[in-house]
Amino acid sequence: MILVWLIVIPLAAGVLAWVVGRGDSVWPRWTALAAMVLEFVLAVWLWVDSASGALATTKLPWLLHARYEWIPELGIGFSLAMDGLSLVLVVLSAFLGIVSVVCSWSEIEEQVGFFHFNLLATVAGIIGVFLATDLILFYFFWEIMLVPMYLLIRIWGHENRAYAAIKFFLFTQAGALAMLVAILALYFLHGQQTGTYTFDYFQLIGTTLNPAASMLIMLGFFAAFAVKLPAVPFHTWLPDAHTEAPTAGSVILAGLLLKTGGYGLIRFILPLFPGSAAAFANAGMALGVVGIIYGAILAFAQTDLKRLVAYTSISHLGFVLLGVFSFNGMALQGAVIQMVCHGISTGALFVLVGLLQERIHTRDLDQMGGLWSTVPRMGGMALVFALASLGLPGFGNFIGEFLVLMGTFHTNHWMAAVAAGGLVLACVYALWMMLRGFFGAATQERNISDLSAREMLVMAVMAAAIFWLGVFPQPTIDVTVPALDGVRKVARLAGEESRTPDVAKFQQLKTGLGRTTKPMQGPGENR
Amino acid sequence: MNAVQLFALTPLIVLSASSVVLMLLIAFSRRHVTVAFMTAAGLLATFLCLPAVYPDLPQQVTPLIVLDGYAVFFIGLTLAAAFALVLISYPYLQNRPGRPEEYYLLLLLASLGAAVVAASSHFAAFYIGLEILSVSLYAMIAYERWSLMRLEAGVKYLILAAVSSAFLLFGIALIYAQFGSMEFSAIAARAAEGGITALVGSAMVLVGVGFKLALAPFHMWTADVYEGAPPPVTAYIATVSKGAVFALLLRYVNQYDVLASPQVLLVLTAVAVASMVVGNLLALMQNNVKRILAYSSIAHLGYLLVALVAGGALALTVVSYYLVAYFVTTIAAFGVIAVLSTSERDAAPIDDYRGLAWRRPWLAGVFTAMLLSLAGIPLTAGFIGKFYVVASGVSSALWLLVATLAITSVIGLFYYLRLVAAMFEQVETHATAAREEPVGSFAATAVLAVLTLLLVVLGAYPAPFIRLIAATVSF
Repeated sequence: MILVWLIVIPLAAGVLAWVVGRGDSVWPRWTALAAMVLEFVLAVWLWVDSASGALATTKLPWLLHARYEWIPELGIGFSLAMDGLSLVLVVLSAFLGIVSVVCSWSEIEEQVGFFHFNLLATVAGIIGVFLATDLILFYFFWEIMLVPMYLLIRIWGHENRAYAAIKFFLFTQAGALAMLVAILALYFLHGQQTGTYTFDYFQLIGTTLNPAASMLIMLGFFAAFAVKLPAVPFHTWLPDAHTEAPTAGSVILAGLLLKTGGYGLIRFILPLFPGSAAAFANAGMALGVVGIIYGAILAFAQTDLKRLVAYTSISHLGFVLLGVFSFNGMALQGAVIQMVCHGISTGALFVLVGLLQERIHTRDLDQMGGLWSTVPRMGGMALVFALASLGLPGFGNFIGEFLVLMGTFHTNHWMAAVAAGGLVLACVYALWMMLRGFFGAATQERNISDLSAREMLVMAVMAAAIFWLGVFPQPTIDVTVPALDGVRKVARLAGEESRTPDVAKFQQLKTGLGRTTKPMQGPGENR
Repeated sequence: MNAVQLFALTPLIVLSASSVVLMLLIAFSRRHVTVAFMTAAGLLATFLCLPAVYPDLPQQVTPLIVLDGYAVFFIGLTLAAAFALVLISYPYLQNRPGRPEEYYLLLLLASLGAAVVAASSHFAAFYIGLEILSVSLYAMIAYERWSLMRLEAGVKYLILAAVSSAFLLFGIALIYAQFGSMEFSAIAARAAEGGITALVGSAMVLVGVGFKLALAPFHMWTADVYEGAPPPVTAYIATVSKGAVFALLLRYVNQYDVLASPQVLLVLTAVAVASMVVGNLLALMQNNVKRILAYSSIAHLGYLLVALVAGGALALTVVSYYLVAYFVTTIAAFGVIAVLSTSERDAAPIDDYRGLAWRRPWLAGVFTAMLLSLAGIPLTAGFIGKFYVVASGVSSALWLLVATLAITSVIGLFYYLRLVAAMFEQVETHATAAREEPVGSFAATAVLAVLTLLLVVLGAYPAPFIRLIAATVSF
């Protein structure tokens, strides 16, 4: 039941915010904030419970499971489940939900109630994606979060918002429809084999498919996830959408929406199509590496600060793709850490850009420079997150990228070597950004205020979070390890059953994987 | 015909009787509200007959008419749609010059025609029903005969519908020439023997049906007629008229296993692909909401054809569900247009909708919900409909059709979103103040509210409704 509440709370609060938001009122903000804080408390409470083992169900690694009838005629159930992976991402969603409400406190002044409705509805949809274990329910949430996100960009966005909003919607929708067809193909194939027509994730996992069908269906899923992630060449919606969105929209987009792509890869592609995923591994890794390098180079070439941050997302999420497809426990773990840390660090950078734009009314790097002396606190915070973003040890991003690279090195030296180049490029763009924006000679005299107490608080909390993840990654790893082990176990079992020619190779990867993950396993998860 | 069979005909008899009563009523009293009320009452009475006759079904009444669960379902759908449109028409006509009373008479007659089409098992009944429907529609479209735009649309529809009827009639004649019968069952029984006469005849019948359904490449009239007709009438053409003909097409195709013929399959596939592509592409270039909805309806009929081609037991459920979703959505969308129309002109240009969300938030909300449903976004009936269509396509492995559907519906999303975006645009207030804002009426508001609620319920919790379809819709 608590899983339903996790979705209902933001949704209900969104409606409430809309209702109380008539006129110029502060109530929607407080409603939204209260709801997100409640959501965060609930999620953290679940985390604490899971760490103490209080939530252990019979169906490990799943912590909670709730299933209700929805459309039994079609085998569609309202089925939600939570394991460590979804738990971490739900915590992240609630955290960034709080951040995005707080950072829009002074930015959004029109239609405040409706804005918060859209914001919370998006968050509710995203949390639904992280929890759904019925494929149609998953698709349902996957689509449902698009509309409020579209409206967020369309109504409260910047200059070129109409174009960006529609591009975002069309790209995502195209990928989603490919996934819908794939889901249905899987449904009918499963039904023909077993006689039970169902969209239930747990039942579909065991489906044996012939290699060609499996590959095609997997590509349908991959299309949706690659667009969301985004993987080059499906990324072109991202710079536009992120740049034009209001700050809260960018935070949600970069911090959470992109994570649904990575989550989908881990939750669906690996367990449902292990053989095809293994066959696709090299292509997937290559796409990841291309994304890492390409995103970093393009980030360096930007003059629009927000666009620069957007391109860094492509680079960072390339590590996720690489980690997932390197079929290595350590890299997979790294991909998850990277998802969480990217959500925080890039979210924080977007908040900073938004605060800066509120003050100097431009995002053009050419018109900045020398800001450090005027707004030292803002500069300091920007430096913290720029360093986090470039993967400095001590920050969470380092852990994620390092694990991915180390894991990948076991399976493919060359991919790891090229991807490591991305770290160098990350230093270049991050430091370049600091140099042009905050150091050097001031282009013009500015009379602007530094971060207020509220803004400083947000920044400090985010900095603390990214630092905590960098120094003590173990709690996060501990909570996700059983889930990721579960994914790998399912993948392996199904991989053995399927008669794909790549199974041998896949098995070989698996044996290598048991050894390499050993050092990473914490004492708390000896099951 | 025995008493049981006669009893089964009750809905059609009551509907005809209400038309006569209404005609007499108009002769004595020309009060708009009374006439509208009597029309609604007649439709309601007919609707209430349906559950009464249902237990004795199916009944073959003469060779012409068959009343089975399938027919009852589509007659019920026709009546419900007509009922909603009466409530939407009333405030619309109230705001406009001229005497509105005969309009309701035409609407009842058209519904009678549609009901006959849905229940016909014989080409003669089909043709008679279709002509009752079409002739009433000519007059409904051009009802405001002082308006050039209405007249143009009426004449256009008259000519093209007449041409299509001619095709249909000639096709029926050719089929009769070969098989010596116009009963569907007799024709289907001998269809396997082939023969060029029957093949040409079937093709001509298909052309006629294609015109009525506005499937590509027989869609040329659609946008102009949609644009020219009064919004409630446009909604009527889009839903009741097309729905009845599609119901008949599905009955014919599904009951008599027409899909076994590869030529038919090929033609239907080609028409479906063409409709999806043409409808969605042409809608991109429109700046008129009614024209956008016209092209969107071409595309939606194309989607429906996918389910039809997929065939099998699933097709009945899918088409029934999809048509209901499409009826709800289309009627509400045109209802919004009708509510926004002033006494001078219809709210057709997209500019009329700019900033609507800030001026009339509820109305904009309804319209947004309808557009999202047409685009097939979850939480709306349109999503379940599209899901069903894709499912039926995938289950029959119609990959070409499924791929076309997926690609074109992404294209379609663009123009639906354009409308949504226009409504949420921030506009200067003085620009909108120049335009007179029509006032809503209780009847139309209630209909829109009910339809929106229905849209969400059908989209979020369709299980009871799917069970209802499964229980009723059968031959």
